[in-house]
Amino acid sequence: MMELGVNSIAIVAIVSVFVGAVIAIQTALNLMNAPYYMVGLATRDSLILEFCSTMIALILAGKVGSNIASQIGSMRITEQIDALELMGLNSACYLILPKILSMVIFVPFITIFSIALGILGGLAGMALTDNLTVSEYIEGIQRDFTPYYVTYSIIKSMVFAFILSSVSAFWGYSVQSGTQEVGRNSTRAVVTSCICILMFNLLLTELLL
Amino acid sequence: MIAAKNIYKSFNGKYVLEDISATFEEGKTNLIIGQSGSGKTVLLKCLVGLHGVDSGEVWFHDMEYAALSHRQRSEMRRKIGMLFQSGALFDFATVEGNVMFPLALFSGMSKGEQRDRAHACLERVNLLGARALRISELSGGMQKRAAIARAISLKPKYLFCDEPNSGLDPKTAILIDALIKEITVENNITTIINTHDMNSVMEIGDKVIFLHSGKKWWEGTKNDILDAENVELNEFVFANSLAKKARRMM
Repeated sequence: MMELGVNSIAIVAIVSVFVGAVIAIQTALNLMNAPYYMVGLATRDSLILEFCSTMIALILAGKVGSNIASQIGSMRITEQIDALELMGLNSACYLILPKILSMVIFVPFITIFSIALGILGGLAGMALTDNLTVSEYIEGIQRDFTPYYVTYSIIKSMVFAFILSSVSAFWGYSVQSGTQEVGRNSTRAVVTSCICILMFNLLLTELLL
Repeated sequence: MIAAKNIYKSFNGKYVLEDISATFEEGKTNLIIGQSGSGKTVLLKCLVGLHGVDSGEVWFHDMEYAALSHRQRSEMRRKIGMLFQSGALFDFATVEGNVMFPLALFSGMSKGEQRDRAHACLERVNLLGARALRISELSGGMQKRAAIARAISLKPKYLFCDEPNSGLDPKTAILIDALIKEITVENNITTIINTHDMNSVMEIGDKVIFLHSGKKWWEGTKNDILDAENVELNEFVFANSLAKKARRMM
């Protein structure tokens, strides 16, 4: 969990703050004639509904997914997986299950963290520009809050965490020989995870909203 | 004792092992020799169950491996120690962690007992001083010795070594050979070693099986090998110019 989750906090924090600020500024510029509270409301809902679950999952697919695939692939070519099998262990269970569990448990927390930082980023964006006052932005993020959106975001993040960890582990485990194949399968892991996350994003949006 | 009976193994329709039958005796170092690509590693992996065979049987004493249930196979594998060609040490653990790994999983020992056993194994391979090092900090010879320590930690009845000397200098290779031989005799283990190193054959080969193109070509002792009339075996044994000169002098 430390390696896969905690080490991703920095990149998630940086991306969340900047994207939160950009969403707030762009919303403010595009909704010049709309009620002032719409900026905070739209920023908050964009972050909760889409960015903090889907975009963070895509970022993690790149960072954590390639890590999982290359780590397991390297273990395959250095015969470490054979060694585990020979000891009578189910190597897939031993290597993959903890990774899936740690991701499914940890990614929802990262998502909530990302939502909080994104909203703060929006606040910073408003404070640093003259589009809207900070108090108007804060009033916007407090308006018409739907708690279910957070539940929806957490459900999506758990599904995405399962997808990115299991798909990446599959590609890592499928390595047969050679470092070139490790690299190839790491790339495949990232690409396949991203495509699966986007497809399931559509499916879950249709099912849950 | 381990017995292979009429082993056939193919990959993508191409046979890499054909009709291999052999008996590997207890308390002896049994060597499988042959050129690269002759099927040595595949045979070793078939014997330990990492590769399934197309047909044929592998017997560990009176138990046929294929007839064992999943649970029995897991138990059987705990009696097997294997030294992989690459060492296959877990890079997420220290040397001590690697040796303690099978003990933690299967021995039922307390943490202190596991550590004591790991230290005894590391001492046996003269590596106790390096117990806190990471695998990446070890030389090739030290990695082989650490792998031997891990392989013997659960006091195996069967020891398999896949090219234990690959990548080692001749002096270190002889030390590793001697260590494997000593451990085999001390613990009355059935040891099977894959090698193409003729020094190993002459140093520790109690019984030697020569594979050629996936078939068993010759079988005998290290003393028989120099007088053998088998053409392919002679080409393999006397491949380098020094060996050819020595043979002419014989």
